This record gives sequence, C-alpha cells and structure tokens, in this order.
Amino acid sequence: MNLLTQVLLIFVSTVLINNFVLIRFLGICPFLGVSKQTETAFSMGLATTFVMTLTAAATWIINTFILEALNLPFLQYVSFIIVIASLVQFVEMFIKKTSPVLYKALGIYLPLITTNCAILGLALLIPLNGYNFIVSIVFGFGAGVGFTLAIVLMAGLRETLQFGDVPEALKGVPITLIIAGIMAMAFMGFSGLISV
Amino acid sequence: MSKLLGDFKNGLWQENPTFRLVIGMCPTLAVTNTMINGLSMGLATAFVLLASEIVISAIKKFIPNNVRIPSYVLIIATFVTFVDYFLKAFFPSIAASLSLFVPLIVVNCLILGRQEAFASRNPVHRSIADALGMGLGFTWALLLLSTVREFLGMGSLFGFDVLGTSYQSMVIMILPGGAFITLGVLVGLMNLISRNTN
Repeated sequence: MNLLTQVLLIFVSTVLINNFVLIRFLGICPFLGVSKQTETAFSMGLATTFVMTLTAAATWIINTFILEALNLPFLQYVSFIIVIASLVQFVEMFIKKTSPVLYKALGIYLPLITTNCAILGLALLIPLNGYNFIVSIVFGFGAGVGFTLAIVLMAGLRETLQFGDVPEALKGVPITLIIAGIMAMAFMGFSGLISV
Repeated sequence: MSKLLGDFKNGLWQENPTFRLVIGMCPTLAVTNTMINGLSMGLATAFVLLASEIVISAIKKFIPNNVRIPSYVLIIATFVTFVDYFLKAFFPSIAASLSLFVPLIVVNCLILGRQEAFASRNPVHRSIADALGMGLGFTWALLLLSTVREFLGMGSLFGFDVLGTSYQSMVIMILPGGAFITLGVLVGLMNLISRNTN
C-alpha cells in the first residue's frame, strides 16, 4: 500500500468509521457543553482541529526522539499533558497577536481544549498504533474533522429541538445523550465502508 | 463530625458527578460495557481523586496561585501513572480492557474540578470525606450503568449468565449507541426522582 492510499484510508476511517466522539467516546464534555448553537459549535470544532493537528505532530516528535530514545515510557502521561497545555497556551498567544478576528471567534474555547480528553487520547493513540510522522498528522487532522462533524450535526439537531415537545425530566443533557445514541447507531453504518 | 458526614454524602446523591453534575463523561460511557470494567474504572478514579485531594489540600499553601492548574495536573498525572502500572502488573486483563481510559483519568474533569472547588480551600480531613463521597458516587453511577448495559446486552451479571440461552441479547446495549441512550434515560430518571422528592 503506498503512502497516499494509506493516508486516505486513515483519514476516512478516523472521520467516519472510528469517529472520536460517537464511536471512541473521546471529547464528550465539549460535545455536550458547546453544542447549543451551530456557529459556536463550528468555532469549537475549528479550534480543536487546529490544536489536534499540532498535538499529533508535537507528541510524535517528543515520543520518538525523547521518550523512546531515552527509554522513559513512564513519563509519557506527564510529558504529553505538559506539551498539550503549553501548546494550547502558545496557540492562544499566537492567534491573539496575528489574527484578532479569529481570536475573538474562538474566544473561551481555546483554553478549554486543554482538558478535552480527545486531545490526550489522540496523543496516546498514536504510539499505540505505531503511526509514522505523516500518518500521525493526518490522523490528528481527521480526528479534528470528525469531532467538528459530530458537534456541528448535534448543534443543528438541538437548534431544531428547541421547538419540540421534550418531557420536562429529559430536557437538556438527557435528550442530548439519547440523540447522540441514535447518531452513534447511524455512524455504525459506516463501518462497512472500507475493509482495512 | 456532621460536617464531615455532609461532605461525604454530598457526592453520593446531591452533587453526584455523573447524574447531577454530568461531568467525567468519557470513561462513564466508554468502559461501562461490562460490570467488572465499570467497577474497576470507578475504583481507579476514586483512588486518584482521594490521593490527589489529600496531597493538594496538604500542600496548597506552597502552590503559587498562577501555576495552580498545571501543578494540580502534574500531581494527578503522577497518581494516574501509578494506578496504570499497578493495574498492568496485578490485573493485566482489566488493564487491557480499559486500555486508553486509564491514562485518560488525568483529564477527567471530575478530578481537576474537585481540586479547584474543594481541596484547594478545605483542610485535609474534609478533603478526604469529599473525595470518598465523590469517588463512591462516581463508582455507583458507573456500576449502575454497566449493570443495565451488561444485563440487557449479554444477559449476564459480572460475567455470570443469569438469563440463560433463551434470552435474545440486545447487542446494541454494549455498543456505543446503547451507552449514550442508557445514560440519557438514567439521567432523565434521576431528574424525575430528585424532582419528586423535593
């Protein structure tokens, strides 16, 4: 299998088949918390995709050239979380200086990304799957696109749901979870899309 | 003493992390396909919560306010590494089925949230009561969710077949879709119960 086919397969499978939110259960907190409006959901997805792609590259380098080279696997969690926290901080400062418009659009969602378990999950999945550098970046980008897809779809449904007649006890989180369940079932249909 | 009991009971029902606050959702949904997974995840999280609340409430005076969040995360990550290696050494099968979600305890918002809201403001003995209550509250929620899912999805409890072979198992309950729907229905039920008791 040449690199291009591999990259395409990884991308499609991370976006649709192994969707981070609906199939792997990573990043549920923002998925439930920031999915009230399509616009904010999209900004959140954008910021997450950005950080995920950078995280995939940064943690691959650190894992390969520092942790594996010096045989320090027990420092993996501690070092990954430091990398992610400082990366988010750095991205925030960089965007603030270069593009105030984008900074305003992303707002409070940027710092929140540090505690999004999808990011740490992504960093941990890469060494687990043994991806190379290019595939890792595609994997990170695909994971972000999959997250954006799920959160924007959910926001669209919740906007429509405001006019629906939801039982009092199910309002808010419970109905969102039930919708997510139905979406997860729908996404299971993608599992036959490609056979790796 | 009554204050300690109040701190303890708070997490069990009134501010139950799963059903009332709805935080720490990733492990709640991901590893509750069998009861043994749900229980071990609950206890692992409870241990990390207890250990980090003790340490943080004990050394809170020495942590500068500006770098408190990174410091909390580092303390939590240390205990998570400990739990991870402990599970891999003594319970390799549980460690294999929880896989990614043991290291992800680091970013469980329940743990960081309790440090910020409770351990950084209260003495050690009250933090212990709070951590025990929250940890057990999280554990019973996970156990309830995994009981429903394993019972309907495989017709068994703790791996023991209770419904026999004639039971047509609902496979969807142990798949991702069933996790979301079961939790949604349970949170809805808890809302109903707490509204009726008030």
